Parts: sequence; structure tokens; C-alpha cells
Amino acid sequence: MTREGWIRLAIVAAVIALLEALCRTGLIHRTVLLPPSEMVVSLWHILQVGELDSDILTTLRNVLLSALVASFLGFALGAVIHAVPRLRHAIEPLLASYYAIPTFMFYPIFIVVFGVGAQAIIAIAVLLSIVAMITATLTGLDRIPPVLRKTAKVFRMSPAKRAVMVDLPAAAPYLFTGVKLTFAYSLIGVIASEFILSGAGIGYAIAYAYNNFNNQRMYGLMLLVIIVAVAANTALDAVDRRLQARLRR
Amino acid sequence: MLRAAAAPHYPSGMPAPEVHARLKGVTRIYGAGTSGTKLHALGPIDLDLERGEFFSVVGPSGCGKSTLLDVLSGLAAPTEGEVEFEGKAIRGVPDGVGVVFQEDASFAWLTVRDNVAFGLRRAGVDAAEVARRVDYAVGFMGLRDFANAYPSQLSGGMRQRVCIARTLVLQPRLILLDEPFGALDQQTRLLMGDELLRLWRETNATVLLITHALDEATMLSDRVGVMSARPGVFIDFVATGWPRERDSRIVSDAHFGAITARLWDKLRTESLKSMGTAP
Repeated sequence: MTREGWIRLAIVAAVIALLEALCRTGLIHRTVLLPPSEMVVSLWHILQVGELDSDILTTLRNVLLSALVASFLGFALGAVIHAVPRLRHAIEPLLASYYAIPTFMFYPIFIVVFGVGAQAIIAIAVLLSIVAMITATLTGLDRIPPVLRKTAKVFRMSPAKRAVMVDLPAAAPYLFTGVKLTFAYSLIGVIASEFILSGAGIGYAIAYAYNNFNNQRMYGLMLLVIIVAVAANTALDAVDRRLQARLRR
Repeated sequence: MLRAAAAPHYPSGMPAPEVHARLKGVTRIYGAGTSGTKLHALGPIDLDLERGEFFSVVGPSGCGKSTLLDVLSGLAAPTEGEVEFEGKAIRGVPDGVGVVFQEDASFAWLTVRDNVAFGLRRAGVDAAEVARRVDYAVGFMGLRDFANAYPSQLSGGMRQRVCIARTLVLQPRLILLDEPFGALDQQTRLLMGDELLRLWRETNATVLLITHALDEATMLSDRVGVMSARPGVFIDFVATGWPRERDSRIVSDAHFGAITARLWDKLRTESLKSMGTAP
């Protein structure tokens, strides 16, 4: 690990230790926050008992589905927008201001269209994450050096062959950054939607525990969300950095 | 003083040289046919490249040298005029033409070996032959120790050698090189020039080399075309008269300095024009 990595770890450990101390000494009341060690014990208990396994699996499945749909659909839309410059000029300002709109406010529409359940949740998560993939695709296709396109012509490749054998791998680092973002936004979208749109999932379970004053379970589940988010992001980031180092010029 | 010549001299009794590629009245105007700004980049140009000839093009920056290469390779269509390769009008890049670009065109996602093998595999050459030719090409380009490395692990000069190897391994009949040695140090340039000459002799390919380096043009070429400031047209052709069996040691030939001086004499005025400081 790098020196910066050790410093980062030390900061995180210090914050956890500080929270632990503040909670244990009563400076932060138990109704506000549990000591981190108790969160770990609670999470361990949740996982051991298995009572919430189906909620956890539901959430993970919805996140993965949302990220997959957003990645493929976002890539396809990005490729089409890139191929039609006039369309791009028209749409790009909308894409740039997209994240200024609170997507969640559209949840009643999704309930009307899909009903309460997984489909509405996935739709909201896709809506939240797809633009990140569209933007990443546009950036990736823009950054393909023109000389590679000329090289493809010299090798007498058809447009389809060029797209698969040159454009796609050349744009891969940017596309993967898009995939990484769709996962992060999908996690946010799914968990947040589960608070209001669902009778299952980690978000629903957190809300249920909160409404029933079950702080142990609520914080245990929160810790689970943090661990899943950090672990997934670390794994995707490692792949991302490898790709960047190898493929960026 | 050397005499200008439109084509290399051949001893009497030799068969008439065969035209391998031809540009006839070629111009290239960017923005032609639109209502926007037009840029007359090239021509009108007439040029006959004879089969097996090593022809270099020198000219001031921005004079249309790379445009000339794009048109001759079929990468760009001329606005006016005709382009022929092996007697046929060019539409798109014809089979048998290899191009090495000025910029790094290596495929960053492939190893050196896979980069060099790329065209051979596409052409359906069998695996054993691919391996043999790639080994040879990687070896003569001095990349043997880096065969399994990725371009990001190589210097700019080494990446350019990968691109040269990737083109030459296909044994093109017409090789077009756009300042391929620009990123290399002087010693490596000389040695790469030797390798290029050796390959040119072995394959009997026709070569068109675009270069800024007058000494490089003089050393490598049978004939050098000097281009004017934009819109680029040929203002002089200089036949070097070198024997086919030559290498970089030719720079010590008394004739060498005279040819280079002649090229610079023509080019100096054009370079000043292109910088807007012409007398």
C-alpha cells in the first residue's frame, strides 16, 4: 500500500475510534448513534441469523440489474448520439444539466407505470445512472485518436469491425469509468427507492427498523450498505486504474 | 551543381521503368462544395512513382505533405484529379498499400507481438507463418525484449517502431511513411533508415517517405520531391543517383552534402514563405 493509502486508513481508523469513544462515554447518546463495534456485532448477528437474507439479495440483484441496464442502454444511446452530430448538439446541454434535476421526484409516475415493486425501483435507479454512462460513452468515443481510425481504414476494416476491434477497446477506459458510476448511482437509486417504493430490500429494512426504534438492526444494515459500496467501488476502481494505466495515451 | 531530374536515371539498355502509382492533376481543397471556409491544401500535383523507387517528399510545415499521403493511400479522395495504383483508380485504401503515420498508432490494448501480428491475422495468414514473420519483424526493430510488453510500457520511439513493424510485416508493395522517424534519436534514425533500405531492397516495394529531415531524404532516396508552401506543389525533383546497395554510411560521400544543400536551397525560400517572412 502507498504512503497515502496508509494515511487514509489511519484517518478512517481514527474517526471510528473517536466515534466509539464518544458513544461509549455517553457524549453521543445511544438513541442517536451506536458505537461502531456494536454495529459490527449487529451486522454479524443479522448475517448469521439470515432473517434478512432475502432483503439483502433483493437489493443486490436490483442494483446489479440497474447497473447492467444503465450500462448497456447508456452505451447504446451514447453511441447513437455520438453518431448523429446534430442530435448531439441538441441534447448535450440537457445532459449537462441532467443531474441538477432531483430524479426521485418522478417516483409517482413510476408507481403508476410499473406499480409498487422491483420494476419501479430499477426504473428509478436506471434513470439516475444512465446519463453517467451516456456521458462516459461520448467522452470515450471522442477520445479515440483519429490516427487509429485511419489505421483501421488502412487495414481495410468495415465500420462494424472497426467498432469492435478498434473503437471499443480504445474507448474502454472511459466506458469502464461509466460502468463504475452506473454501479454507484444504481446503489443510491435502489436503496433510496426502497425506502418509499418497496416492501422488501435493505432500504425497506432500514426504514422498517427506524420506524420500530430498532437501532441495532438499522445501524447494522447501514454498515452493510457502506461495506458493499466501498468493497464494490474498490474492486471497480482497481480494474479502472489498471485499464487507465494500460490504455490511456 | 547537380541537375534537376524528374525521374531517376537508368543505364541505357534497362527496360523502361513501370509506373507503380500515379497522381494526375490532383488537388485537395478542404471545405470544397460547402458554403464555409475553404482551404486549398494541395496541388495541382502530377507525380509518377516508379515500381521499386524510393521517393521522398520534403517541404515546409503545413504545405500539404500529409494530405498528399492521405490522397495517395486512398484515405482521402482528391477534390480534382486522378490517383492510380498499379494501373487502377484508387477508391479507398487498395490492397498492397501500407501506411506508417506520424502519430502513435499502436493499439494500446495489444502487446507488441499482437500489434505486429494484427494485420497478418486479419489477412488469415496461418499461425505458424504469423509467428515466423512477427518474430523476424520484432527482432529487426529491436523489440525482442519487449515482445510481450504493452505500448504504454514503451517509449514513443519504440511505439513508432511497433507501428513500422506492423506495416512492414505485411510486405506491402507500396509503403507510405509520414515522418516515421520523427520521435527517434539521431542514431536510431540512421539505423532504422538502414533497416528500411534493406527491406526496400528485399521486397522491391515502392516507398514514399515524407520527412522534415533533409539528410534523411538524401540518404534514403532515389529521388526527392521538394514541395512549395501551401497549396503544396512540387517545385523541384532531385535524383540522388545512389546505388541500390546503400546504407547510412553514404552520409560521408562527397555528393551527399551537395544534394542536401540543393534541397535546402529550394526549401529555404518556401519555408520563409510559410512562416510569412518571405523576402
